[in-house]
Amino acid sequence: MSVELFLFYMAATISLVSTVLALTRYNATHALIYLIISLLASAIIFYLVGAPFAAVLEIVIYAGAIMVLFVFVVMMLNLGAQGDTLEHEWLKPGMWILPTFLCLILFMEMVYVLSGSSHLLPGTAVSPKEVGIKLYGPYVLAVEIASMLLLAGLVGAYHLGRRYLMDSRGED
Amino acid sequence: MEQGLVLAALLFAMGLVGVMVRRNIILILMSVEVMLNACGLAFIVAGARWGQADGQIMFMLILAIAAAEVSVGLGLLLQVHRRLGSIDIDKTSRLKG
Repeated sequence: MSVELFLFYMAATISLVSTVLALTRYNATHALIYLIISLLASAIIFYLVGAPFAAVLEIVIYAGAIMVLFVFVVMMLNLGAQGDTLEHEWLKPGMWILPTFLCLILFMEMVYVLSGSSHLLPGTAVSPKEVGIKLYGPYVLAVEIASMLLLAGLVGAYHLGRRYLMDSRGED
Repeated sequence: MEQGLVLAALLFAMGLVGVMVRRNIILILMSVEVMLNACGLAFIVAGARWGQADGQIMFMLILAIAAAEVSVGLGLLLQVHRRLGSIDIDKTSRLKG
């Protein structure tokens, strides 16, 4: 078994394990941590199969922006007096051992993959340049549709959030 | 390459089970994220198999869909929490609840 295949299987195992752990937690913050680890493992897999641009996007947008939205909402929902005691329970040092361990494995994989100019898994690597040329060539209509979708999402989220604020101000 | 597709199928199945089993709206949205991510993984693996950039472009569109979906979903979640004082999805099973 080649080294790259071994790295793939390791990242795949981490991805599966952390997804199972994420979806079986009682606690939303713990689930978020494991979900972020799962997304990082997916990013390593993307890099291994020859899609470096998608790997970067996975980390920046998925593990970065979208997960931060979840963190914000979890923070907003946990306002109140019982928040402190809850937080005290959540921040037990033991909770951090397994996520740190999984992250460490992923980090070592990343260092290994980035240090050596390793050949990838069977299949052809697709450079960001090719992606960009195709994205703004034949797929330019899809870009426009995605931008309209994001605009609709923005307007919808703003509308829902605004009514939420007005209702709470009216009743409290 | 088959391993990648198998992994995507497993992740998708996990997300689907999560959507059906969990009753916490945050966890349900996270399960949907897992499913979308599995779709993206399948696209990337298939695109790498043929050496075409189309797979990565589809992945970017999935990213846009996920971002829009999660922003609206979390806005709805805040509304549900405001009106019902709970994020249990079973509490919202009645119209005009």
